[in-house]
Formats: sequence, C-alpha cells, structure tokens
Amino acid sequence: MMAVDPADSAATPQTPMCEGRGTGPLFDADEERRARRKRIEEVAKYIVPLAILALAIWYWDRLVVWNDIEPYILPRPGLVLSTLIKDWGTLSQSLLITLQITGMALAVAVIGGVGLAVLFSLSRFAEMSFSPFAVILQVTPIVSIAPLIFIYIESRMIGLLLCAWIVAFFPILANTTLGLKSADHNLQDLMTIYKANRWQRLRYLQLPSALPYFLGGLKIAGGLALIGAVVAEYVAGTGGIGTGLAFRILEAGYRLQIPRMFAALILIAVTGVVIYATTSLISHLALRKWHESALKRE
Amino acid sequence: MSEADPMTAPLSERAPILHMREVDKTFGGQVAALRRMSLTVREGDFISLLGPSGCGKSTALRLIAGLMPPTLGKIEWVGGQGAGDLGVVFQEPTLMPWATVAQNVWLPFRLRGQSFKSVKDKVFEALALVGLEKFHDSYPRELSGGMKMRVSIARALVTRPRLILMDEPFAALDEITRQKLNDDLLALRAKTGATVIFVTHSVFESVFLSDRILVMAARPGRVIKEITVDEPYPRGLEWRIAPQYGEIAREASDALHGTLHAGQPEMAE
Ligand SMILES: Nc1ncnc2c1ncn2[C@@H]1O[C@H](COP(=O)(O)OP(=O)(O)O)[C@@H](O)[C@H]1O
Ligand SMILES: [Mg+2]
Repeated sequence: MMAVDPADSAATPQTPMCEGRGTGPLFDADEERRARRKRIEEVAKYIVPLAILALAIWYWDRLVVWNDIEPYILPRPGLVLSTLIKDWGTLSQSLLITLQITGMALAVAVIGGVGLAVLFSLSRFAEMSFSPFAVILQVTPIVSIAPLIFIYIESRMIGLLLCAWIVAFFPILANTTLGLKSADHNLQDLMTIYKANRWQRLRYLQLPSALPYFLGGLKIAGGLALIGAVVAEYVAGTGGIGTGLAFRILEAGYRLQIPRMFAALILIAVTGVVIYATTSLISHLALRKWHESALKRE
Repeated sequence: MSEADPMTAPLSERAPILHMREVDKTFGGQVAALRRMSLTVREGDFISLLGPSGCGKSTALRLIAGLMPPTLGKIEWVGGQGAGDLGVVFQEPTLMPWATVAQNVWLPFRLRGQSFKSVKDKVFEALALVGLEKFHDSYPRELSGGMKMRVSIARALVTRPRLILMDEPFAALDEITRQKLNDDLLALRAKTGATVIFVTHSVFESVFLSDRILVMAARPGRVIKEITVDEPYPRGLEWRIAPQYGEIAREASDALHGTLHAGQPEMAE
C-alpha cells in the first residue's frame, strides 16, 4: 500500500516510505514479537493440516491393527498405497477419463454459462424465456435425469459429459448473470455520458465487473463437474471402453477388492482438491491486482 | 465563441454554452424534484448549486448530463453537444478498479475508439494537471481517497470539455484534503479555463470557489436565490479571510436557512 499523504501528493515529490523500518531502535520488542508470530503462522498454515492428516492416517492404521480388522473390510493405509501402485496402469487410465469428462464438462459449462449470461444481459426477453429451463435443470437431481440421458444418447462419453455439464453450468450462469448486473451505477452513468454503445458497455464495464462473480462460480462448478462425472458413471454402469474412476469403485466393490476401492476413492478426492486449488489459483491470479478479495491487509 | 477572455470578461460578455429553460422534473408523477429551473451557463462560469439534501441538486446535474429527460422545459447546448463536451465528477471517485490510473483516464477516448498510444500525451497531461503522473500505473485501490478524486477529475478534464459537472465531489473527504483540493480545483480552472457547475451543501465551499451561487430549497426543489461573487480569480487564503467572503457566506447562509423554515413564501429571483 502506498503511504502517501493525499493532500501533499500533488505538490511535493514523494518522500521515501517507511524509512529505516526493521533496523535499529525503531524495531522494538513488541514489534519483534508480532513479526515472530506472523512467521510462525506462515509455517503453521501448512504444517498443522499436514500433521493432522498424518495423525489421522496413523490412527487408521492402528485401528486396523488393534482390532484385527480384515483387509476386505478396512485395509491398512500401506495396503491401499501398494494397491494404488500395483494397479496404477488401470487406475491411471480411468483417472484420465474422469479428468477428461470433468475438464470438458467444465469448459463447455464456462462457454455455455458465460454465453447464456451475456445473452440474458443483452435481452430481457431471452432471460425471461430461458432462465426457467436453467432453473429446472438445476433443481432436478442429476441421478434422476441421468438414466434418461443414457437411454437417449448412445455415446456413453457424451452422456457422461452432458450429465457433468448440467450440474456444472448453473453456478457459472447464475453468478455471471448476477455479476453482469452488478456494475457500479455511477460507472454505468459515465458510460451513458460518453455515449458508449452496448458492446463497449459489455466489454469495458460489465464483463470486468462480472469477473469476480464468474470466478466464484467457476470454483463451485469445478467441484460440481467432478461430482457430475462420477455420479453419472454410477448410473451408466458397466460399459466396455471409456470407464472412469467411479466405475472402478463399483467394479472393485462387486469383487470385494476393498483396497482398490480405497485407492480409486483417494484418486477422486485428490482430483477434487487439485481442481479446487487450480480454480482458486486462477481466481487469485486474475484478481490479485485490483479486487478486494485478493487484498492483503497488514 | 465570444472574443472576450472567458476568465476575466464580465458575465454578460461571455458566450453562453448551455440554456436551461423552465425545467421541471417530477418522479412518478409525485415527487417534484425540480421546479421551473432556468439557468444560462456561460463560458468560464463557476456556478455552485447550494442547498440541503433532497433539493434537487443531483437531479439538476443529471438532467444537464442528459442521463434523464426533463418532465417539462428544455435544456439546450449552444451549437449542439459534441463528443467530449461534457465531463462529470461524482461524489465517489467512480473509477474502474480493474484498470490502472492511466487506463481510467483514457476511458473517454477509448469509448470513441481511440487507442491509448494516440492519446497518451493527453492522458499524461491531464494526470500532470492533478499531480498524479507518477501514479499512472497504480491501481485505484493503492490510492488514498483524495488521490482517487484527483484521478476522477483528470478523467473529466482529459477531453477538454466545454462543461464539467461536479456533484459534491469532495463531500466524503476530510477537511484538510478538501481545502487542498478546492485550491487545486481553482488552479486547474485557471490553467484550463474550464466551465464548472459544482454541487455542494457547504456554504463556504461555494463562496470560495464560485462566481455564481444558486441557493436551492427542497419540496419542491427550486432555486430561491442567485448570488454573484465578484471577487476576481485567482483566489487563495486572502479570499478565505476577506470581509466580503464573510458577508457573502452570511447572505448565502441566510437564504439557505430561510428555506428550512416552513411557511416561507417561494421567492422568485
Ligand atoms: N430516481 C428517482 N426516483 C424517485 N425520486 C427521486 C429520484 N431521484 C431523486 N429523487 C427525489 O428527488 C428529490 C431530489 O433529489 P436529489 O436531486 O438527489 O437531491 P440532492 O442531490 O439535492 O440531495 C429527492 O426528494 C429525491 O428523493
Ligand atoms: Mg445529491
């Protein structure tokens, strides 16, 4: 942040800011304590959750050993890991397919959601006509639509994609629509005064205003696309080629290969975390220069 | 355009820019936000609209800005209104937070399809006028309230408009920043010859800045008194402590307070 006296900024050249900070007598004990606590917090932010996770895994392992639980009921973490490595060939194939469906569904959701939101903002009539359908699609549970989709759509892949898209696109549509409407009203007046046309208004005012909303929607949609892809596959059931992680879980369940079930489950969870981290990073990078949400306060 | 120098010529000799004739504005057929307002804005004028909140000051500016049509009456630009003839400064800085200072000031040109390169000199000139050229690459959130206001003023100035409308631009700032910006505004006016309509609810601000003060009253919103301030520009500290300053402030204040008492007859100036 710039520590400039507003009244002086125009008249006098800038004086160096925060001169001598962190050196000599200016750096008193209290400040030092605060700085130390901040450093500790920085590190703890990563260490603590990892430690808890390690503790939980250790406890899981002990639980199995102490109670003599059979591996086909609850496998030890080590066994899950070794299964993950042993079956990596099959599992990674499935992971790739789940990732593909999720990624493609998300991409189409972004294009469709943003496109529809822009259309809504350009035309009240379009919004009135189409938004009820969007809501109906959203409120109907995907598990109940999916069987129909797989009846009508021959390609399993496209069916899965459609299911994942249906759940992912609504938060993007809803958030972007809200964002496009929430441009500062004085800036809107300014656009009118400078005689901006509809397209300029959209490009220079509404789209940038909607960006934080869109990115919020993207974070939600990323997770939902994965859920959609997994749930749809449960419904789709078996089918030769193109089987994702959900199918591996089902299959392992039937065959009582519980360690493999866990391995697939862990892959799904990790995928979800990675998707969330990626969308969060995109959001941070896009907003860090100007948006309040990315603002660091001392 | 008249031959007379707009900054020094007597009022009647300056060329008119805009006429407001018998303008009424009613909202929803009920709220008489503005009644029978007539005003001729002349080149080089610094007009203050002074009045309590709700007396239609913002409504008057929005009408002049063409943001809404008057219910009755006419607003006419002499020679028509061209692109960039009007600059506006709102009470909030109203900057695009995602754009840098220079990009914000570029906006009026950008909307006319002019590239940044082609108007870079003008943008930096406007920023220099408000003393912020060093901050051209900063984002609004990195600036203080006063600095943001300066950017907003630079944006209003950058097209060299014939008329600048300012709606309580300094009301949200602290007193020291506000006085400094008042001084700077007059300096800017001297340099650019800008014609300004300035909305305020501060008597002292209006007396310090303007050569004409329109005192307004609410319910219905109307102009009840016009005061001419004869003090020549430049004005500085001497003007703030001059006896006439006090007298005019008194006159404006009396008119203003008269409006606050019920049953006061409508004055026709
Ligand atoms: N868009 C609007 N719709 C209805 N009433 C309005 C609108 N804008 C202003 N008004 C009313 O008109 C009157 C004058 O408002 P305004 O011009 O904003 O006053 P000021 O700027 O002097 O405080 C107020 O009574 C206000 O409530
Ligand atoms: Mg107002």
